Amino acid sequence: MEKKAEELFILIAGRSTRQGTSMNESKFGKDYTEEIGTVQVCPEDMNRLAISPGDLVRLRTGQGAIEIPCVAARDGELPPGMLFMAYGHYSSQLMGSDTHGTGMPSSKGLDVYFSRIGPPVSA
Amino acid sequence: MTELKVVANATCTFCGCVCDDIELTVEGDHITKAKNACVLGKAWFLNHHVEPGPSARIRGKEVSLEEAMDEAARILTDAKFPIVYGLSDTTCEAQRVAVAIADWVGACIDTTTSVCHGPSGMAFQGVGEVTCSLGEVKNRADLVIFWGCNPAESHPRHWTRYSTMPKGLFVPRGRKDRTVVLVDVRKTKSAPAADIFLQIRPRMDFEVLWVLRALVKGLKLDPADLADTGVSLQQLEDLAGKMKSCKFGVLFFGMGLSMTRGKHLNVEAALALTRDLNDFTRFYAAPMRGHGNVTGADNVVSWQTGYPFGVHLGKGFPRFNPGEFTTTDTLARKEADAAMIIASDPMGNFSQAARDHLGTIPYIALDPKETATTAAATVAFTTATYGINVPGTVYRMDDVPIPLRAAFDSPHPSDELVLRGIEKRVRALQRASAAAR
Repeated sequence: MEKKAEELFILIAGRSTRQGTSMNESKFGKDYTEEIGTVQVCPEDMNRLAISPGDLVRLRTGQGAIEIPCVAARDGELPPGMLFMAYGHYSSQLMGSDTHGTGMPSSKGLDVYFSRIGPPVSA
Repeated sequence: MTELKVVANATCTFCGCVCDDIELTVEGDHITKAKNACVLGKAWFLNHHVEPGPSARIRGKEVSLEEAMDEAARILTDAKFPIVYGLSDTTCEAQRVAVAIADWVGACIDTTTSVCHGPSGMAFQGVGEVTCSLGEVKNRADLVIFWGCNPAESHPRHWTRYSTMPKGLFVPRGRKDRTVVLVDVRKTKSAPAADIFLQIRPRMDFEVLWVLRALVKGLKLDPADLADTGVSLQQLEDLAGKMKSCKFGVLFFGMGLSMTRGKHLNVEAALALTRDLNDFTRFYAAPMRGHGNVTGADNVVSWQTGYPFGVHLGKGFPRFNPGEFTTTDTLARKEADAAMIIASDPMGNFSQAARDHLGTIPYIALDPKETATTAAATVAFTTATYGINVPGTVYRMDDVPIPLRAAFDSPHPSDELVLRGIEKRVRALQRASAAAR
């Protein structure tokens, strides 16, 4: 697969309606796993980096890396340079365990290195 | 023919709003209608199904409840540094048994508060909390600010039931009598419903709150000082003016403050701003709590230990120290040697280091649904769902206790019943051990 250079983005992990409505069905179900396993990218960044919806992208921090598909965020929701994911298994892999004396690891506003991997394997 | 039942004034425990005006239509063991519920509440009730598997498993194999409770008690009493964690999605009645078990075995007791508004709890201790009920907000608030939260997606009925839309005693025209402000780093689905939206840059919450404090105090500032914040001095002067001139203001804050760099310091800034504003008008601040009874967990752990979360009971008296006795830390530092996880899913949302260690120690999990945490547990209990199968008490996000009404019975036991069984066995093992010495 084609790999492009990494760029520094800021990742916000948070709640989404679809995550909330699907979690009681099953945390192993398609809706829930798809929602927490997809990153939203602002449309300007998608265009600038020649990324299509559904492309696999890589997010990396000092703690770990994940490779997941991306979608375009709703117009205006994210400023350029910012990513959003529904909080869960994947976003937590990017989170450190240092809580800075609070019990709470930093899980919003994370610096992440972002790069496009390419179209999904099935494509 | 399936029996049809209507449950009036049922309580939704999906989020911290704990709406208690839901009318459920129940057909057998399915809820077919949830009148008054929001999109999340409808999913909570209508998607609910009783897990088909056994109520108790040891290392994945079906066992009797008694065998599982015996094994759970053995794990907890054998441990040198046990931890008890979770509690935010169960009743207060179950929570207090969990605290008792933690006390008997000298565990660290911690709740999911430590990974949501734990930093807010630290800030309350540092600054103090100027607080009010959601009923007061409904009847009085003419300025409502949401900071670092997205109620449209996480607390949909907060607006319609409590904070922005309802007509109140001193705001008779409802939404028309209120100014609604949203401050966030994303232009979320909540933004279109606000009169004013301030999009600040990530990790600039503390700076913007501190500038607002200065403006409220009447200090003159240089616009250049705000260059990195994403908002202008004029925008903040306007907001500070509105804050000082309202009759009853409230600042609801979310995990945009507590989960972002700065954490408790961000919340301290919000609380200090609120305190300052009381020199001019009535102003309040309150966290937007996520899980249905996370506020109850804070209350119950506080009643029983004096502290809300992250409490170590191993010395025979409670010690509170976030960062030392909180679960992410005790796991990631590999200190805990056994765990009991109640109604939460750390295997699904903790840091990898914490998950890795949890996977190496014996632990007990109680949950109505199969999760990554129950799947890897040494002893797993499938329990009945609070508010749907189990009555009891929960606390709304403003610390108001609310009763639960069960819609139908579950074949699985309640968390409280399982925990009482474990507590009884822990005591029996401890008595036997003392007698043998």
